[in-house]
Amino acid sequence: MSNATKTSIRRDVLGASALRPDGAAKVLGKFEFSSDLHAEHMLWGATLRSPHPYARIISIDLSEAYKIDGVEAIITSEDVPGKKTYGLISSDQPVFASKIVRYVGEPVAAVAADHPETCRRALAAIKVNYEVLIPITDAELAMLPSTTQIHPDGNLIRHQRIITGDQNLQGEIIVEAIYEMGMQDQAFLGLEAALAIPDSGGAGVEMFVATQWLHEDQKQIAACLDLPIEKIRITLGGVGGAFGAREDISLQVHCALLALRTSRPIKMQYGREESFYGHVHRHPAKIWIRHHATRAGVIQRIESRMVFDGGAYASTSAAVLINGVTHIQGPYKCLNATVDGYAVRTNNPPCGAMRGFGVVQACYAHESQMDKLAVACGLSPVEIRLINAMVTGDKLITGQVVESVAPVERCIRETDAIEMPAPLARNANALEIVGGSGLTSLPHNIVRGVGWGVSIKNLMYSESFDDFATARCQLQNGVVNLKFATVEVGQGFVVLAPQIARSVLGVDEVIIDQVDTRIGSAGSTSASRQTWMSGGAVDGACRLVRQRLFEHVGKIHNIDPLRLVIEDTDVVDMLGDFRISVIEASTGILIDETFEHHHRPTEELDKNGQGNCHVAFAFVAHRAVVDVDVELGLVKVIQVATAQDVGRVLNPIAALGQIEGGIAQGLGLAVMEEIVLDNGKMRNPSFTDYLLPTALDAPQVIAVMIEEPEPQAPLGAKGIGEPPCISVTPAIAAAIRNATGRDLPRVPIRPQDICL
Amino acid sequence: MTVLIPQSLHDALAAATANPDAQIIQGGTDLMVEINFNHRKPTDVIALRRVDEIRNYVVTADKKNVVIGSGLPYREMEHGELAKLLPALAQAARTVGSPQIRAAGSIGGNLGTCSPAGDALPVLSALDAVINLRTASQSRDISVHDFMVGVKRNARQPGELIISATLPINNGWQGYAKVGVRNAMVISIASCCLVIDRIKGSVGIALGSVGPTVIRCRETEQWLSMQIDLKNNSIVAPNLLKEFGDRVAKESKPIDDHRSTAAYRRHAVATLSRRLLTRANTQ
Repeated sequence: MSNATKTSIRRDVLGASALRPDGAAKVLGKFEFSSDLHAEHMLWGATLRSPHPYARIISIDLSEAYKIDGVEAIITSEDVPGKKTYGLISSDQPVFASKIVRYVGEPVAAVAADHPETCRRALAAIKVNYEVLIPITDAELAMLPSTTQIHPDGNLIRHQRIITGDQNLQGEIIVEAIYEMGMQDQAFLGLEAALAIPDSGGAGVEMFVATQWLHEDQKQIAACLDLPIEKIRITLGGVGGAFGAREDISLQVHCALLALRTSRPIKMQYGREESFYGHVHRHPAKIWIRHHATRAGVIQRIESRMVFDGGAYASTSAAVLINGVTHIQGPYKCLNATVDGYAVRTNNPPCGAMRGFGVVQACYAHESQMDKLAVACGLSPVEIRLINAMVTGDKLITGQVVESVAPVERCIRETDAIEMPAPLARNANALEIVGGSGLTSLPHNIVRGVGWGVSIKNLMYSESFDDFATARCQLQNGVVNLKFATVEVGQGFVVLAPQIARSVLGVDEVIIDQVDTRIGSAGSTSASRQTWMSGGAVDGACRLVRQRLFEHVGKIHNIDPLRLVIEDTDVVDMLGDFRISVIEASTGILIDETFEHHHRPTEELDKNGQGNCHVAFAFVAHRAVVDVDVELGLVKVIQVATAQDVGRVLNPIAALGQIEGGIAQGLGLAVMEEIVLDNGKMRNPSFTDYLLPTALDAPQVIAVMIEEPEPQAPLGAKGIGEPPCISVTPAIAAAIRNATGRDLPRVPIRPQDICL
Repeated sequence: MTVLIPQSLHDALAAATANPDAQIIQGGTDLMVEINFNHRKPTDVIALRRVDEIRNYVVTADKKNVVIGSGLPYREMEHGELAKLLPALAQAARTVGSPQIRAAGSIGGNLGTCSPAGDALPVLSALDAVINLRTASQSRDISVHDFMVGVKRNARQPGELIISATLPINNGWQGYAKVGVRNAMVISIASCCLVIDRIKGSVGIALGSVGPTVIRCRETEQWLSMQIDLKNNSIVAPNLLKEFGDRVAKESKPIDDHRSTAAYRRHAVATLSRRLLTRANTQ
């Protein structure tokens, strides 16, 4: 054994609050986002979009647009050489609408020109003759067989039941209600942008894109372009947030098509308004739910009917729906269930992935119910949740056994132990009060409320999908070079990956290679999965390299490699005095290993919603304290206390960032963020009217990280991206109910819902 | 697009008179958004940002009025002497957008755009501001009530520049309050300014965002002055306070839109006006 007793913690290893390498550049405005991309002799691309939610295209006349000086190409559906449609799960969305437009903002044509202004004029000069049809914008109406089917695939995207246990059980206590949720936007700040550079002769295209999943983009673009996959080479452009909105194709195919058509580099970028039309949103949902319980408050059965409005195209609706129905029980034991979920096609804007992915809708409903149940049983919000809290080994309504660490009770108890904020001072500064600088309210106008939310969230992709991740690790002269296609959208893999390499290999210097498609897929940066999946891949690749390093050192120094370990920055013989620095040991050699991390296989649900469909689960509790001006219906969230099941904290400051950010996003959904639709048309596609929380709206966040390492997870760490935004929404809603006595069955809660 | 950047009021007036159809830009917080969205495509623009003569304020020699230059940024109204002289204006200024917007936005811009949601406009209305307009050769004063003629329409003639707003230094309480759906950086969905003149024994109440233009509640003002002697106090009994708010709401003309509903806006102005009248007695 080495007698070294070094206790110093090396910088920026796992567990340290290592700082993001891109942080300073982003704060200083020096980070290159995709919208900053540029190429010599490039043209600009722009998209013509449908002004109608549902219409037949009678004709498209491009002749006037072509007359405009500087217009180099105009393309429509006829110019798509390969597959005319794309989509993440079912390929049902046209690259360009050809005969029918199904939502406001659907692409109809694209132009390439010498200047954005020329593009704008060209778009204005394209004459599309529409026969306007009556849109179907109500999901309940759309799913009736007698309603016009607005797509060849029909209006019902997916129906999934969950039938388990006693279907006739009636509880001593029954509570039921209908809950609704509006359409939230991901509202990332860095707008959609891409640069496409054609290969000479049109054999392929080099793309720089702000996306969430390089290889999925590559696959879909190649199919539409009718080119071999390897001819589409994608490098990640600087991404300014994603939250699910970059999982689907937006401008990628258009940009590549224009580049191949013009043999010139094409730059495309959306403005804020176009961004609202150009990406999917969170599904609005309507959920009827009935809980059966004993008088003591033990949940016995859940009945629910969940309707998700998928908008005009399928996107990931089918998977969002599955998350919704399989999470409707919440983090609570339940043996009997009768659940029907529907994802429905309408002429509203398409909906797909957004942080929380179907669980947000379910959680709002089940947590609102828990409070109703608490009242009916004479229990407190904390008591009802503790009574029913799930534990590891419990069987879900899908029949799947929760094998993950499941510290639900601990999440609740540790949240409950967090100190409550001080009461609002009678002489509080206006900025601390509802209404802020508007001087709307005085302390005596304000009522304080407290509310709870607890959630369960699946991690990684579900239903038999093998969303593996690939990483390559090279070690030479004490320097590690990591290569992966893991997209950095702001979550922090750029800081985590080097931390892993430093910890596993005892190096200080870690270089991340360009993120592109010249290596295997990393899967999507979504589903709270990259720390687990790509982290697992980087960890695996580094371990392979370490094994090779030990073999190399062992061979040279005649030591059994099994006796070697990494200690700080040295290779050390556990059973002797031998010690050599990793730098010295790796000088003059190159060790190069690639590793694919696969999570355990999952199954599809059967017709009764039974099956081991999810990989793993994470849990979190939120307690919200709000101040409400009851008379005016205005809300300020004062504090959110949370204890989150994170498995293991790999980077405390990054973890806290995810938690605070998620809470702000869940707060937005609770009290202000909604795309207002009027017969399929967005009324507020701007940041003037789509309101996001500001610094004055963000609450104090007190977070406790519950560290019970997850045996399944390569680093013991669970994904932490989604849970923060899920149960905070119902917690805030419950706090407002607590302050006002109102039912408030819909979020976002608007002032008029509270006071009129 | 040509942009003229005159360095003096003289040059600005000459430029505007020479090109009456030119688009005038002050802070650009409204106009640049419209240009960026292609809602407006001006060919000639006159930028007033460098015209120092309209970026200040003066107290008149008789100490009865403040003349505020149309280009004075809201930031300058939030604190200091001006805030003491015109607290309601200071309060309104503080609610405008973000610090960046307040460093650029001005009364001239609010008047030029003439949106009913312009944060300063209810203050100008409640205080019976007088707006000065000039060309190279002429100057005229017009009451703010005559200046604001409709939704985003005003009485400025082509070639005229908005030079200043003259506001009385009032003997009595004044205050402003606003409702938006978040706690900062928000367009008002209802706002109210209340001014009590102890000398005249009168009250001025003006509402924002609840009609095609800022609404002055003349009937309620008259009703209130008949209920109580405003020269001495403005304390009203609870039943009168309720009626006061109801009357204010009745004078509003709100609509349903994507920001709020007419019913909520009516409720909000009733509530805000009652709160302001209560504050007038307690602050």
